[in-house]
Amino acid sequence: MTGKRILSTLAHRLAILAYVAFALFPLYWLLKVSVTPNNLLYSEGIRMWPSQTSFEHFEFVLRHSEFPTFFKNSLIVSGSTAVIVTVLASLAGYAMSRFNFRGKYWIVTLMLLTQMFPLVMLVAPIFKMLSPLGLTNSLTGLVIVYTAFNVPFATFLMQSFFDGIPKDLEEAAMIDGATQFVAFRQIILPLTLPGIAATLGFVFTAAWSELLFSLMLISGNDAATFPVGLLSFVSKFSVDFGQMMAAGVMALIPACLFFLLIQRYLVQGLTAGAVKG
Amino acid sequence: MASIDIAHVQKSYGIHPVLHGVDLEIKDGEFVVLVGPSGCGKSTLLRMIAGLEAVTEGEIRIAGKRVNDLAPKDRDIAMVFQSYALYPHMSVEKNMSYSLRLRKTAKDKIASVVAGAASKLGLDPLMERRPKALSGGQRQRVAMGRAIVRQPKAFLFDEPLSNLDARLREQMRAEIKKLHQDLGATSIYVTHDQIEAMTLADRIVAMHGGIIQQVGSPLELYDNPANLFVAGFIGSPGMNFFDGRYMVSGENGNFVLTGGVVLPLGSNANLADGSRATLGIRPEHVVLGAEGPNALKATVDLVEPTGFGIIVHLKLGPVAFKAFTLDRRFLGMHGDVAVRLPVPNLHFFNEEGRKV
Ligand SMILES: Nc1ncnc2c1ncn2[C@@H]1O[C@H](COP(=O)(O)OP(=O)(O)OP(=O)(O)O)[C@@H](O)[C@H]1O
Ligand SMILES: [Mg+2]
Repeated sequence: MTGKRILSTLAHRLAILAYVAFALFPLYWLLKVSVTPNNLLYSEGIRMWPSQTSFEHFEFVLRHSEFPTFFKNSLIVSGSTAVIVTVLASLAGYAMSRFNFRGKYWIVTLMLLTQMFPLVMLVAPIFKMLSPLGLTNSLTGLVIVYTAFNVPFATFLMQSFFDGIPKDLEEAAMIDGATQFVAFRQIILPLTLPGIAATLGFVFTAAWSELLFSLMLISGNDAATFPVGLLSFVSKFSVDFGQMMAAGVMALIPACLFFLLIQRYLVQGLTAGAVKG
Repeated sequence: MASIDIAHVQKSYGIHPVLHGVDLEIKDGEFVVLVGPSGCGKSTLLRMIAGLEAVTEGEIRIAGKRVNDLAPKDRDIAMVFQSYALYPHMSVEKNMSYSLRLRKTAKDKIASVVAGAASKLGLDPLMERRPKALSGGQRQRVAMGRAIVRQPKAFLFDEPLSNLDARLREQMRAEIKKLHQDLGATSIYVTHDQIEAMTLADRIVAMHGGIIQQVGSPLELYDNPANLFVAGFIGSPGMNFFDGRYMVSGENGNFVLTGGVVLPLGSNANLADGSRATLGIRPEHVVLGAEGPNALKATVDLVEPTGFGIIVHLKLGPVAFKAFTLDRRFLGMHGDVAVRLPVPNLHFFNEEGRKV
């Protein structure tokens, strides 16, 4: 009996380990290539770790490429998109969760509808709309497009978080003397921080890794975001894998930092003790 | 403190009517308890008074002023929720002072009022804790504290004790009564619990199906229920009912139970000869072991000792009923027993269920 139990625990752990290894291997390979010196890249064959490591690619990318510009652009676009979408989605999600209004059903249906089309279909019309407005080669244009694409899903996400907060709480606040908006700001919003953090993180990473629209709407290097910038390491005759991977590793940093920052809000259970369950 | 007038108030959710014209005048300082079965609209009525639910028809006045269109915050009432609804991200002290902080009360005033309420409720050592670190009883107290820190025009309670265990409920019940004696605040209290209703109320309002069935002091409702519903709802164990027909023979009335047993009444009830009626008697009024001319022969079905007294389940022919006695001689009872249903303790209800 106990032998069997140990065996099943072992199998369980092994399965998890295999899964984690599978998921993380591409990242590992990214890191590995980024620290492999150019002269070893093609000469050593396939090895788990190069016989010699160097940071030459990192240095080159930071000093001699336009990567810092791409990086800054990505940060501006993703950060603004995340903040704008989260603010809009919080307000809209609250309305969806708490109010009954005419046309609610249709708004929800339309929002769902936007999620059903492949984005490629929209490239041409969006380009056509943005170009007379002078928004094609600008970060503002990207922020607007990303916001439009992310608001529906983020609204559903926020709505589900608001649905999870007992209505009694804001009713109690309103009886205590708050208006509905004050109750929202002082009682409901603090309890939704995990949801807000999750939404921020979700939108930030979505915008951070978006390639299609960035590629189509941005032409010069000045307003390019980093996924587009990565392509500049692909030249006509060769691909600079070492530099590309080094840039990729650095591009991971903000996403990691961002999640470190919000992870304490992602921990659930903030509403414990509100109502007797 | 203030009076609350509810005039012809109706409520529908969409096309579903929930309250059908409620009229109730609550005097300044009165403690009114709403009782009734689940779904009869007690919470709905309370929430309309609080302003959490729109009034479909009719008028609600607090201190003589129409409040139908006033937001909850402008009605100046306090409410204790069944779920307590404590703010989970605030300490006990912040929970209790929230309403005062919203009103921009001076800091030292807040501190002294909150401290006063805390000591009244025995919450002093818990002021810095978050709600999740409190027991159910302590949370209940915080919810009470949150209501009493300001002097509202009225207190509303929606089954505030129903999540507590029996012992704690008893204790909190007494504390609520004491608080009401101290503060003398107009209070409306919703409950399922017989004992809470009987012990706390100045007046009980019995509701059923969105209609007020009877309003009166606890003993009025107990001794003189207006209809079958109130008679059956108030009291535990509940009143016994026997269906039958009222027959007049000369000067005297008789009640003929379905099953044929004849109960001589000695005098006339206010019923037509031969009409169908229901007879009610409270279990504690059933006299056990009483031989005599008017005694009926019943069979003992089951004996339930409660410690305080004994509930005896009996059968009169096919009809089941209960007796309650303090006499422990009846503990080991079985087989047949003579019972008497004393005429002065009988209640008669006509075919529509109204008391006659
Ligand atoms: N938001 C709503 N929409 C539709 N019907 C509702 C709504 N709220 C309550 N009702 C209905 O109104 C009726 C009265 O509900 P209410 O909550 O007042 O009952 P209650 O007397 O408080 O019952 P309980 O003792 O179980 O709390 C119920 O039949 C309920 O289904
Ligand atoms: Mg209720």
